[in-house]
Amino acid sequence: MSELNGYKSGSNLEKVLRAGHFAVTAELGPPKNADGEVVRKKAGILKGFVDAANITDNQTAIVRMSSIGAGAIAFQSGLEPVMQMTCRDRNRLGMQSDLLGAYALGLRNILCLTGDHQTFGNHPESKNVHDIDSLQLVQMVVGLRDKASLQCGEEIKGLNPRFFVGAAENPFGDPFDWRPYRLGKKAKAGADFIQTQLIYNVPRFREFMKRVVDLGVHKQVYILAGVGPLKTPGAARYMRDQVPGMDVPDEVVARMEAAGKGIEDKKQKAAAFKEEGLKICVELIQQMREIEGIAGVHIMAIEWEEAVPIVAQRAGLLPRPVLNGN
Amino acid sequence: MIVAEQKPLKEIKSLVGEAQRVLIVGCGTCVTVCFAGGEKEAGILGSLLRMSARMEGHEKSIGEVTVQRQCEWEYLDAIGGRIAEADIVLSLGCGVGVQALAERYPDAIVIPGLDTKFMGLPLEQGVWAERCAACGQCILGLTGGICPIARCSKQLLNGPCGGSSKGKCEVNPEIECAWQLIYDKLKAQGRLDLIMEITPPKDWRTGRDGGPRKIVREDLRLVEADKVTA
Repeated sequence: MSELNGYKSGSNLEKVLRAGHFAVTAELGPPKNADGEVVRKKAGILKGFVDAANITDNQTAIVRMSSIGAGAIAFQSGLEPVMQMTCRDRNRLGMQSDLLGAYALGLRNILCLTGDHQTFGNHPESKNVHDIDSLQLVQMVVGLRDKASLQCGEEIKGLNPRFFVGAAENPFGDPFDWRPYRLGKKAKAGADFIQTQLIYNVPRFREFMKRVVDLGVHKQVYILAGVGPLKTPGAARYMRDQVPGMDVPDEVVARMEAAGKGIEDKKQKAAAFKEEGLKICVELIQQMREIEGIAGVHIMAIEWEEAVPIVAQRAGLLPRPVLNGN
Repeated sequence: MIVAEQKPLKEIKSLVGEAQRVLIVGCGTCVTVCFAGGEKEAGILGSLLRMSARMEGHEKSIGEVTVQRQCEWEYLDAIGGRIAEADIVLSLGCGVGVQALAERYPDAIVIPGLDTKFMGLPLEQGVWAERCAACGQCILGLTGGICPIARCSKQLLNGPCGGSSKGKCEVNPEIECAWQLIYDKLKAQGRLDLIMEITPPKDWRTGRDGGPRKIVREDLRLVEADKVTA
């Protein structure tokens, strides 16, 4: 551990959080092809505006460039990646070998996820794996780091991977009462940070966080609140009505709808929707900053990476801290 | 029980093909109870195949017989003569029944008339639901009698995923979230402590992942161990 000077992984995200800064992460969706240039371009948009960017892993069960491949490209482009890893597509053998490879490529952060069910994606007829669940994945990655042992207990001879380990939590998933305990279980499993599902219902999230704070879980993990700019009222309605575990209040949908009222020109209308979406997102970040136990925000601008610098700027999150050396 | 459904007639006809003498073998156990392959269903399928053959101008002789339990060789001995007379044996047993027939009568061509679905129970007349995945290491004692292996779409062992919404699974609103059920049950019983601890990764070797399974009970065997190696 000595070469990491007390850091678990030495990642930028870890350093920013440890230094007590309000952290900012974003999301970078890899392309549905083998074009590394797409990743370089997106990394270029986010670089300097976030502390690290999550690279999604076959998000919504749709085949995309791997989070490790895209993550390595982002890393080479100067953007620190958070490799997302789901339990849907690989068993513990595949996951661990990928973790060794990812570390060798320079990746230092991981977000452990269950994974959307494959029936949602473009290969609904496929077999899923779920050999281990997201909590057991957290334990496994922590074991690689802190015990230098594989999940089976076998010792890793030579360099062991030392990741900064994250997990997700959906504060709006059911059973609502159980969620703070589940978060506590993830902390107990050894998670270093948590990124939450998109938050639009702030009062309900406050209620969740109050219970998290009462349990003292916020002192065991850094909790990054998930926020994201809405592009259109349709997107807001879709998330409200169609996405399981999402909570988008009617007022948010109404605000998005009202933003385009009276505008005839299609382009202007789209711009007005986007502007309102950005505005709501900035307001959400301001509200998140005031909630006890929140250590940062995770900005999910799906296929709209350009929105991240704007939101970060307007929310007063810039410039991002530069923590060189140790 | 084992729950099965009859294959579409078109598929059954295609499996029967040109065979002239068809013997339909029903089963009197699980698939009778789930109305898929009992005596009654064997009779109906027989009539359908006869009618269909006549309409298409084919000559087919179709017989039906139902055994009490198709998954045990001893129940199959009595129908040996009829099987010998058939060009093809159309089993209306579950996958085990089909294979028991094929093993007991190696020369017979045995085809399945059912798709075997799961181990489950009837919720009401005409509705069956899966309950057990035969993972080989039962954890129901820790989960309030509700199985997360058979009933959670992602076989999660440490609580619900983020897709659990209003008691339903993200896969389909028809599916109840197993972890919501587990939580509600344990909460009502004051036993939530059971799911507060982290459940370690499961040893899947006791399930299908360890390869095809077999149980040997020496205390029950009638012959010496080295005489039978199945």
